[in-house]
Amino acid sequence: MHEMSICMSIVESLEVSAKANNYKAIDKVWLEIGPFSGVEVSALEFSFEVAVRGSIANGAELEIIQTQANAWCFSCNKTVMIKQRYDACPLCSSSQLTVTGGEELKIKQISIKE
Amino acid sequence: MCTVCGCGETEHTHDHSHEHDHDHDHSHQHHYGKGDAGLHIAGMSQKKIVQVEMDILSKNNHYANENRAFFLKKGILALNLVSSPGSGKTSILETSLLNLKDEISLKVIEGDQQTTQDADRIQKTGVKAIQVNTGKGCHLDAHMIGHTFKSLKAEEDSVLFIENVGNLVCPAAFDLGEYCKVAILSVTEGEDKPLKYPDMFAAADLMLLNKIDLLPHLNFDIEQCMDYARQVNPKIHILQISATTGEGMDKWYMWLKAQISSIIALKG
Repeated sequence: MHEMSICMSIVESLEVSAKANNYKAIDKVWLEIGPFSGVEVSALEFSFEVAVRGSIANGAELEIIQTQANAWCFSCNKTVMIKQRYDACPLCSSSQLTVTGGEELKIKQISIKE
Repeated sequence: MCTVCGCGETEHTHDHSHEHDHDHDHSHQHHYGKGDAGLHIAGMSQKKIVQVEMDILSKNNHYANENRAFFLKKGILALNLVSSPGSGKTSILETSLLNLKDEISLKVIEGDQQTTQDADRIQKTGVKAIQVNTGKGCHLDAHMIGHTFKSLKAEEDSVLFIENVGNLVCPAAFDLGEYCKVAILSVTEGEDKPLKYPDMFAAADLMLLNKIDLLPHLNFDIEQCMDYARQVNPKIHILQISATTGEGMDKWYMWLKAQISSIIALKG
């Protein structure tokens, strides 16, 4: 359950960004979350609502953009889509894969009330 | 004047105090659309979308990079030991410290939610240890490590063991600035743990399969377990050990010494 500390980091980043750019309020936050980010989306949504209270993003809406995971297959020499870390290559069934996408955990964009 | 579209003759404010015992509308009409869903006029919208592309863990990663640069400069091999509670992390450390302390300078940071029991156990080996209690927190973070490390006064060309909070989930996401993560799995936990908690085994360079002295009493398929770990992380190195009997511990020490050589080479 580290979603709460993730949300506190989000709020902290938003506060810093708001101070630097003179934003008065943030009313929507878009997060990009990969399936291998180690974050449970429902827990994040729950924590977000609590974490933003009284902050620059008080009451802000949260939209989560879930990305897809992919990996480089050394046998096929190409990028393939996977769902789990332990998935074999969907093309050749090799397990010699290196995950190349799916660990995203970032604030994509914000909506500013001026 | 309205700050959104410039309508209205004079400045007005929406703040006035009166009793709200009747319904009325505080809004006024703009000449275009209906707020952000309507017409967008550059520089005049009441809402603005800003692309930030900000890594949520950037603050932790910043501290982690500072720690890593410091460790490298001093030739300190920092290892982040991660596992579920009860896998034998502290026992492995106790045995290792007793065997290595005469030839290598060692320090330990112990992470737990509560108590100083682990640090007390480590101190008994004669190696300096500091306990970090995370309270309600489920993992150590890079800031805690940087802060704690200062008071350990570690020497150059030494080894720092960081025993993370017993948790196979959250510590995977938090870089502490370590050289690598060492995942510990005991054979009493079940061979499918690497598949159930793939993020942790994917993040580790080495897996120590502990308590192998108990194998005769268990239905634990050790080959299957290692296959699962390699399925999640084809590059993971695996060593079978028992901190209690000492079996396989020499291979672990050899691995450690090889990493120390790498760090000293990197330091230049």
